[in-house]
Amino acid sequence: MAEYKWPEPEKRSLIGKRISRVDGPAKVSGKAKYTYDIKRPDMLYGKVLRSPHAHAKIVSIDTSAAEKMPGVKAVKVIQEPGTEIKWAGDEIVAVAAVDEPTAEDAIRAIKVTYEKLPHLVVEEDLSAAGDNAKPAAEQTAGEPEKAFGEAEVIVEGFYGLPVITHCCLESHGSISEWEGDQNLLVHISTQAVSNVANQIGRPLGIPAANVRVKQDHIGGGFGSKFQVDRWDVTAAQLSKMAGGKPVKIMLERDAELMVAGIRPSAYARVKVGAKRDGEIIAWQSESWNTGGSGGGGSPPLPYVFSVPNKHTQHTGIATNTGSARAWRAPNHPQGCLVTMSALEDTAARLEMDPLDFFLKNIELAGRFAEVYREEFAIAADLMEWKKNWHQRGAKTAGPVKRGLGLSLHTWGGGGHGSNCDVIIHPDGSVEVKMGTQDLGTGTRTAIMMVAAETFGLPLEAIKLMIGDNQFPTSGASGGSTTIGGVSASTRRGTLDALEQLFEKVAPSLNVQPADLEAVAGRIRVKSDPRRGLSWKEACMKIGGTAITTRGRNPGPGTLNSSGVGGVQMADVSVDVETGIVRVNKVVAVQDCGLIIDLKTAESQVYGALIMGVCYALYEERIMDARTGRMLNPNMEFYKLAGLGDIGELVVHMMTGKAYDERGVIGLGEPPVISPGAAISNAVANAVGVRVPSLPLTPDRVLAALQYPDREGGSSKNGGNDAGI
Amino acid sequence: MRAFEYASPTTKEQAVSLLGNSWDEAEVLAGGTDLLSLMKDGCVAPKRLVNIKEIRELRGISAGGGGLRIGALATIQELLDNRAVSRAYPAITQAAEGITSPQIRSLGTIGGELCQRPRCWYYRAGYGLLATDEQGEPLVPSGDNRYHAILGNAGPAYFVHASSLAPALIALGAKVRLFGPDGVREMWLDQFFTTPLTADDRETALKPNEIVTEIIVPTALGVKSATYEVRQREALDWPLATASVALSMSGDRVRVARIVMGHVAPRPWRAAEAEQVLAEKAVTEEVAQKAGELALNGANSLSRNGYKIQLARVAVKRAILMAARGGRG
Ligand SMILES: Cc1cc2nc3c(=O)[nH]c(=O)nc-3n(C[C@H](O)[C@H](O)[C@H](O)COP(=O)(O)OP(=O)(O)OC[C@H]3O[C@@H](n4cnc5c(N)ncnc54)[C@H](O)[C@@H]3O)c2cc1C
Repeated sequence: MAEYKWPEPEKRSLIGKRISRVDGPAKVSGKAKYTYDIKRPDMLYGKVLRSPHAHAKIVSIDTSAAEKMPGVKAVKVIQEPGTEIKWAGDEIVAVAAVDEPTAEDAIRAIKVTYEKLPHLVVEEDLSAAGDNAKPAAEQTAGEPEKAFGEAEVIVEGFYGLPVITHCCLESHGSISEWEGDQNLLVHISTQAVSNVANQIGRPLGIPAANVRVKQDHIGGGFGSKFQVDRWDVTAAQLSKMAGGKPVKIMLERDAELMVAGIRPSAYARVKVGAKRDGEIIAWQSESWNTGGSGGGGSPPLPYVFSVPNKHTQHTGIATNTGSARAWRAPNHPQGCLVTMSALEDTAARLEMDPLDFFLKNIELAGRFAEVYREEFAIAADLMEWKKNWHQRGAKTAGPVKRGLGLSLHTWGGGGHGSNCDVIIHPDGSVEVKMGTQDLGTGTRTAIMMVAAETFGLPLEAIKLMIGDNQFPTSGASGGSTTIGGVSASTRRGTLDALEQLFEKVAPSLNVQPADLEAVAGRIRVKSDPRRGLSWKEACMKIGGTAITTRGRNPGPGTLNSSGVGGVQMADVSVDVETGIVRVNKVVAVQDCGLIIDLKTAESQVYGALIMGVCYALYEERIMDARTGRMLNPNMEFYKLAGLGDIGELVVHMMTGKAYDERGVIGLGEPPVISPGAAISNAVANAVGVRVPSLPLTPDRVLAALQYPDREGGSSKNGGNDAGI
Repeated sequence: MRAFEYASPTTKEQAVSLLGNSWDEAEVLAGGTDLLSLMKDGCVAPKRLVNIKEIRELRGISAGGGGLRIGALATIQELLDNRAVSRAYPAITQAAEGITSPQIRSLGTIGGELCQRPRCWYYRAGYGLLATDEQGEPLVPSGDNRYHAILGNAGPAYFVHASSLAPALIALGAKVRLFGPDGVREMWLDQFFTTPLTADDRETALKPNEIVTEIIVPTALGVKSATYEVRQREALDWPLATASVALSMSGDRVRVARIVMGHVAPRPWRAAEAEQVLAEKAVTEEVAQKAGELALNGANSLSRNGYKIQLARVAVKRAILMAARGGRG
């Protein structure tokens, strides 16, 4: 049996190198087709009528006028009269028509009456939540009361970050069409190609085996595209009503921002107890958040640092808003912001450099203490931390103040279940088929690199097929589980195939199969590399039937594991007269075990830092308390960073023996955890006071400067003139 | 978007005859960068669109002895590219630079920029220009007004005027020419902007059957001007406050100052008191600071836009200092 391990560093031809993603040219030239681009023959356009109310009961629905309109092919009531609607934007009725304007006209012609019910859509103020607040059990470790008694410094603070959305540039949606009344073809924007059939088949009453699912490219998911959505089922139902014609429902931008997923908020009052030398001994937090009408989970507090004596209490608040979905590292950015801000405030009170303070307590970070130590040393170098850091409050002249901040984070990222078929044809061509998807992370490239590496072939020699549920099932792309899963299944499948090839080739070279290796397009004798056959010649020995193997994860050998650590540092400038924050530079030092493609790994981190700058400075879902509606369901006031807002990004990936030995570990999530905290800490360092809540907008920064002690520091009471 | 009739006249006389006597009959279509989103969001639903882009005489920018003429169809990009404008009227160029989207710069016209509708998120969500609930109660004062007016905000209008160019043009003493069934009307651009009292009013003196044809800016000999914009992002973003300043100088003393703030009130906002404090003085940091304070003297914050008072003050101060340095930041 083959030995399932990764090649030694000196034997790697591709793994660990910087390889450009294989679908890059297709994407930048516009050739790559996303679900949104799909246009099927005779396709109908679906539109959805949504509730204008945040909380209401449907009293009546009259679709008669819409049904009579020329060009309207199907009308489907999604939620019947009597149903309680729990957020604005929820789906009520859908129509399918020959074009979008007709479908929109039909939607406007539908009459729905509602009985309005009281709603709650904002949660920053816990005391206003009333019965919607659901406190969870308090948790205690060690002896917090005693520890606070022994603490020489106690620092209290309020920290928070609002609900944000996933804001996928390709909105959610699908195109469904029937072949007969038992077989469905679905093109869908999804993070889980292999899971769709089962999820959509059930509500439609057809076997999963009868559902064909396809997706070539996806324009972002970030955790919001695991599930088949109600509108996807609706598109299939409308298609059936319209005689099987394809029906396309892709969400409009406003719906995308209102109903297609949020990251729960988090607010917390925190107390930290420390010794004068910087040792952290006690933690207490009272936190709350909302994840929509259901829960949103609770952030891990304190994050990473397991403070020996702690008392925590979390309250979930049900609000009449769109529901939470996994958002890149669920709950970690929240836990991180709250914890790292509170700890940095503690360091500031002690007048300690936070780098020294974090390092002094690094053993509390557990398993990755050493990794963090190593990473901080590199990051400090890249940021010139010791030269540039100053005590809180830059003393420089002029309104623009500069500051530095840091943070650290952890994540699991163990590989998911994954299967692939590997085929070596007698003519030497190679196929890999897997029911996975490339989330834009470079999954295609990574799979091809692993296959090419095993076979000693160039990348182009591998024909990879993914994005189709006809291929062997592979897990959902989420939780940073994809790279560990697909690289391991591919490695096992290709090693098995190679072993079979060696068996066919060995007799002609008068050696045992185990004496052979595949290097640089040749199958050759290890002890005498001049003896061998070209790949093509070798494959001619296969005979009439191609070699086919099934690669699996989990499986024999240790190819992947779980758990990473990373640190980040930010350098910002703040105009204290206007409260405007600019990110000058962010340094990220990240571990993810054995790196398959260094370039796409770095890209992951760059992307995460950009997303981090967005939620640190700009992003927030703004709800109107009175009308219960989202005020910024558009790209104009749901603000994201542009090129000029991002600053310099410096990424350093940890490599070397100790990292390689852990095998492949996921990377999608960890680097997005720290930017909020690092940037918030840098702003505090620059201006001398904590701006308690993200995003760090001018109103919040000015309020914090004017009222450093006010909880929230948002513009909530900002009616006062924030004069300087 | 609702179905509409489309007309594309080639003369301004034809255009005017195609417009209606009330606003719901017809809308003027220039670059469409604002109008199309208004129609998609259902804020306006004209029965007819009158495309004016084929009317040649509305195009072009010319600078001469009599000052500057900007045709209503001149694009923001053309304005930015015009050397005569950036040399003599830096306040205009700097205001246009704030509109950072290449697409909007290439399509958006000066006429459209001045006539664009408020970005108030209640208005754009369908609550009407004055943003009221079903009972007619205003939503802004008790709602989320972080981007709303701090001056001229006693109601019923609370939005801010969206134009970035208007404050610069007003500061430089511009006039606007309109054309309607009765021929040409000309007025100070300052007087062109009005604060609506009902939801059916508009934010300008324009009648439903009139079009803007051109803007005339007097020569700027001996005038130093600048615009300072406080914006959160480098990427396309609405200003939080702007100030445009024009200083007529004699030597290094200010003879007459004109200061106009944008994005702070339902109309471009002249700061008369602040203008006076500059008269007969050399520009110093202290004088500029004082002017900034005076400019916001009458400001009143709503529940969550107090910070904008500070931003506007800073904008005025910095614009004055920039203008005094000859328009450099
Ligand atoms: C995301 C975003 C950010 C923006 N940021 C800024 C900014 O920072 N500062 C800024 O100033 N602008 C900004 N704009 C607005 C932009 O400048 C305007 O949309 C543009 O200038 C409008 O010009 P247009 O020719 O496309 O007008 P249209 O969309 O064609 O028309 C706008 C309005 O003006 C009327 N109109 C147009 N021309 C005439 C005329 N000659 N006579 C009578 N009525 C006329 C139309 O009937 C309509 O009501 C932004 C726009 C967007 C979408």
